[in-house]
Amino acid sequence: MSENTAAPAKPKGKKRLELDPRLAAYKGIWVFVEMERGQVHQVSWELLGEGRKLADILHVELGAVILGGSSDALGGAARSAFTYGADVAYIVADPILADYRNEPYTKAMTDLVNRYQPEILLLGATTLGRDLAGSVATTLLTGLTADCTELAIDPDNRGLLATRPTFGGSLLCTIQTLNYRPQMATIRPRVMAMPDAVPERSGRIVAENLQMREDDIIAKVLTFIPDDAQEQAQLAYADIIVAGGRGLGKAENFRLIWDLAAVLGAEVGGSRPVTHAGWLPADRQVGQSGKTVRPKLYIAAGISGAIQHRVGMEASDVIIAINNDPNAPIFDFATYGIVGDAVQILPALTDALRSRLAVNRRAG
Amino acid sequence: MHIVVCIKQVPDSAQIRVHPVTNTIMRQGVPAIINPFDVFAIEEALRLKDRFGGRITVLTMGPPQAEDALRKAIAYGADDVILLTDRAFAGADTLATSFALAQTIRKIAEEHPVDLVFTGKQTIDGDTAQVGPGIAKRLGLQLLTYVSAIDSLDLEERSITVQRRSEGGVQVIRTRLPALITMLEGSNQIRFAGMDDMFRSARFEVPKWNKERAGIEDVSKIGLKGSPTVVSKIFTPRPRAVRAQMIGADLDASGTANAVLDTLSSQHLRLAQELGLITA
Repeated sequence: MSENTAAPAKPKGKKRLELDPRLAAYKGIWVFVEMERGQVHQVSWELLGEGRKLADILHVELGAVILGGSSDALGGAARSAFTYGADVAYIVADPILADYRNEPYTKAMTDLVNRYQPEILLLGATTLGRDLAGSVATTLLTGLTADCTELAIDPDNRGLLATRPTFGGSLLCTIQTLNYRPQMATIRPRVMAMPDAVPERSGRIVAENLQMREDDIIAKVLTFIPDDAQEQAQLAYADIIVAGGRGLGKAENFRLIWDLAAVLGAEVGGSRPVTHAGWLPADRQVGQSGKTVRPKLYIAAGISGAIQHRVGMEASDVIIAINNDPNAPIFDFATYGIVGDAVQILPALTDALRSRLAVNRRAG
Repeated sequence: MHIVVCIKQVPDSAQIRVHPVTNTIMRQGVPAIINPFDVFAIEEALRLKDRFGGRITVLTMGPPQAEDALRKAIAYGADDVILLTDRAFAGADTLATSFALAQTIRKIAEEHPVDLVFTGKQTIDGDTAQVGPGIAKRLGLQLLTYVSAIDSLDLEERSITVQRRSEGGVQVIRTRLPALITMLEGSNQIRFAGMDDMFRSARFEVPKWNKERAGIEDVSKIGLKGSPTVVSKIFTPRPRAVRAQMIGADLDASGTANAVLDTLSSQHLRLAQELGLITA
């Protein structure tokens, strides 16, 4: 940032405006605590951990925004939020907010922001978080930076420096929201570290009412079909992932991925081409346009390692890549590489594992 | 029924490679394509047209060469296309982009009222998933993101029921038209372009709208000026350590598999224990 400190008479390229006094009144950092059917998404705690660091740098309060249908559940979430670093919990409990719907959630959030004026608002980059963030930012006419991988504070102007991958993940860029407040950002699950809970930490609760009636809301949730717990993809938090790509040749060969995953107790993932072709559900896509994962072991079979896939999985501890093209980019960054046909190697790996695990189980 | 589908022309990120030595990105020869997520939006609009009739207008904002993407949309079966192109739009972030597109849709609706707007769930270059919700808010449309299926559409009642992906399951939601839908990938497969449409697309004169044609007077809301966010720095990611250690070059599949497990057992003790490959 030092290049901007000299020659203030002629700022080059970058706007360096004094913050409008009306906007300078915006103080504090907020994290949206995402609840779905009584469960808080872990990304919310990760963001409170990160928000705490930023709040300490700025010497401001860390707020947790908790919206939902039952005040009991929200109270429980607020107590947890305090243990993860929040100083204040802003709560709106109303039966209208029991299921997520864009309209009432946008209303609840924008009303809170307009009333209490935080300078920074962070949300998880989940389906719910992205739906809400885009709507809130447009309603408030402020800046929003999606899928950030790093957050920092600009020492010159207290502004948020939000870094995110761009151009399919091949570049990183740092984005600032200048003369607009709040500065909004979404962050994916598993990007920020999970903070340690401090059980004795506590805070204060600010409860507000939703300024809406059910009759005002056009969208109605008819049913909710929960994913089968077995089927539900938990990629972001999986310790072991077996992933397949177009190199498997055809949809039926994906069975080999599921077989190996079953023996390993692993989650199944895939590259963008296979989710687009319908070989695998969309929520199992790993990559810049899918999920970010960081398992202990990632097995990539028939995946070339395009940059857009790479950014989603390169934080894995150990990466084993199987590809028949010795020049595939995945070998540039995998831990171990096997040049060969994944359709042959996968069942061999499944068999070898099965027999070793059986031996060890007998020995144990 | 009139459907507007918003698409974007993007570089095919699957073909962008990072130079293994210099760690710079190699953009040369990377083709421009219709954002793959938007293709699902186009197909879903075509399916609704198959069932209910009506017209489809495909809209994009971009440089003059984005015309190619719109020509492709005509080949798929779109009735009309509009290329919103003006130097004044350059440098737009998602807020400024949603303003320009919303204004254009308003203008389009003056001639043919719009019942549904479709977008893909996100682009593969920006990946923000913000423009769809932005357009919906600006136009007061009902917002339905991550839609995997349209269960029913009643043009008399002006109602629509969809299945939308949420974190732990699928929400079945009913709302009113006009609505904006962001379509989930894998929900359909794009049809092959028909002969007639291909000929039509080759001859099609793509209408180019500048800001005046789109009815945009306030230039403080578009382009760089209308963008609350600014890019302050661009840099290449840190490279991951080194090239992979290759295993099993001279072995058959079973030999390779065992060599992999041997390597894990000897080099990654804790992982091997957790996997049950070795006992503690």
